[in-house]
Amino acid sequence: MRRLVKPLIGVLGVLPLVWLTFAVLTGRTSANPAEDIILTTGIWSLRFLLASLAITPLRRLTGWNVLIQYRRMLGLFAFFYACVHLAGYLAFDRFFAFDEVFADLAKRPFITAGMVAFALMVPLAITSTRGWIRSLGRRWQLLHRLVYVSAIAAVIHYLWKVKADSTLPLRYALLLAVLLGLRLWWLRRRLPRPAAAAPAR
Amino acid sequence: MLIRRASDIRSSDVTDERTYLQRRDLIRLAGGIACATAVGTLVPGCSEHPAAESLAPAAPAAAAQATLENVRPAVVSTDEKQNTFEEITSYNNFYEFGLGKNDPQRYAGAMRTSPWSVKIDGLCNKPANYQLEDLVRPHALEERIYRLRCVEAWSMVIPWVGIPLSAVLSRAEPQGKAAFVEFTTLHRPSEMRGQSGTALEWPYREGLRLDEAMHPLTILAVGLYGRTLMNQNGAPLRLVVPWKYGFKSIKSIVRIRFVERQPATSWSMSNPAEYGFYSNVNPEVDHPRWSQSREKRLPALFASTRTRMFNGYDEVASLYAGMDLRKHY
Repeated sequence: MRRLVKPLIGVLGVLPLVWLTFAVLTGRTSANPAEDIILTTGIWSLRFLLASLAITPLRRLTGWNVLIQYRRMLGLFAFFYACVHLAGYLAFDRFFAFDEVFADLAKRPFITAGMVAFALMVPLAITSTRGWIRSLGRRWQLLHRLVYVSAIAAVIHYLWKVKADSTLPLRYALLLAVLLGLRLWWLRRRLPRPAAAAPAR
Repeated sequence: MLIRRASDIRSSDVTDERTYLQRRDLIRLAGGIACATAVGTLVPGCSEHPAAESLAPAAPAAAAQATLENVRPAVVSTDEKQNTFEEITSYNNFYEFGLGKNDPQRYAGAMRTSPWSVKIDGLCNKPANYQLEDLVRPHALEERIYRLRCVEAWSMVIPWVGIPLSAVLSRAEPQGKAAFVEFTTLHRPSEMRGQSGTALEWPYREGLRLDEAMHPLTILAVGLYGRTLMNQNGAPLRLVVPWKYGFKSIKSIVRIRFVERQPATSWSMSNPAEYGFYSNVNPEVDHPRWSQSREKRLPALFASTRTRMFNGYDEVASLYAGMDLRKHY
């Protein structure tokens, strides 16, 4: 039974892509298919990123240590959808005019934030293999804390992107705040308390 | 103007409704599954996300729009490839009905457009409260095939049917002090669900300088593809100013007012740093958050079309002679 969970997550993970491809190929998108592709892959990247960040708190709260096995997969799906999202922007929106891309990066904070979120995911994806985990040892964990920064940048990217209504990005921001807040709270509780005064003798 | 209930709509213009509905249900279902299964209820707003919605549009509004008679083709039209009726009526920015591109098609049906009156007042000698028919009937309907360039960097080619705004304004006899024209959209939250939200300050309002309003390219549109406008396109009466970004072309107009000073306009009120009063299409002046140098001619995937100054309508350039269009964006 348990052996089936990973393949299942794999199948569910590609579903948004399959659905998108199907919609594009059969003309079932809106009149602006490029926008559909970019928005859908962006949002799924953020969802997988937050799902991967939810593993540790869930594990602590439920005691289901088995969850840790699925974290890498969720993270890699986040990276995969971020790649498609970025490629869509470069190809569709900027039509491979890299001078315009660099201008965007310099002048437009929401593009900068998105690119930061993506760039930070690259080393994490590369070092996600068993070999890298072994050879980096304790430093691996330190390196992979970058995911917090990446997720914050991703939510900011979403917030700054919307034209008039921030409701949806704010919900994601709230969820991220909870996921990171729990960690902070646990961290504080784990710190050594000031030693109780030695009993007088 | 002769409006006849449609019995003679060309079949090529209309998707068979049953096919349409089935197809939409399928997509909605697929979207729902992808949403529900992949992360379950872990993530907020899964089903409300606009991107997911745009792939799962709702049932079409009634395709039985009345056919417009005696429409004469105008010389100012473009011969570029026109967008399909379905594209033009399913991908809209009309925040009165929601922020998603498909929301207007879904929800604009709730707006009653008959009876419809338009108040023309302010600095003019003949202010009046017109019934729509009386406003439009004295003027010959013209087909104007225009490019529409949205500030969001996409564009379409749309065969409007309308009347020159100048003809309507002249009838009201503007006074010498009138320098601007202010337009207002219907405010009726009970039928326009987006007006309960705070995306913009309602009612939507727009404005033109009087010479812009009087320019022969500026029209009041009453139709599209030879039929009366669908509600999502701003029925029953909307402005079309083809050399300005789409949001200047205000929809579902109930009031036109001559004023002395530059009127406040909705997007500029909402975010003055990003949206100015003039909002001429201008590839040289970027939106603060994205470049305006190119556009996606929908349904193209790639933004391979270079945006042109004044959206290619060079004949308006003289209106802005001597003005710094970077300052007056």
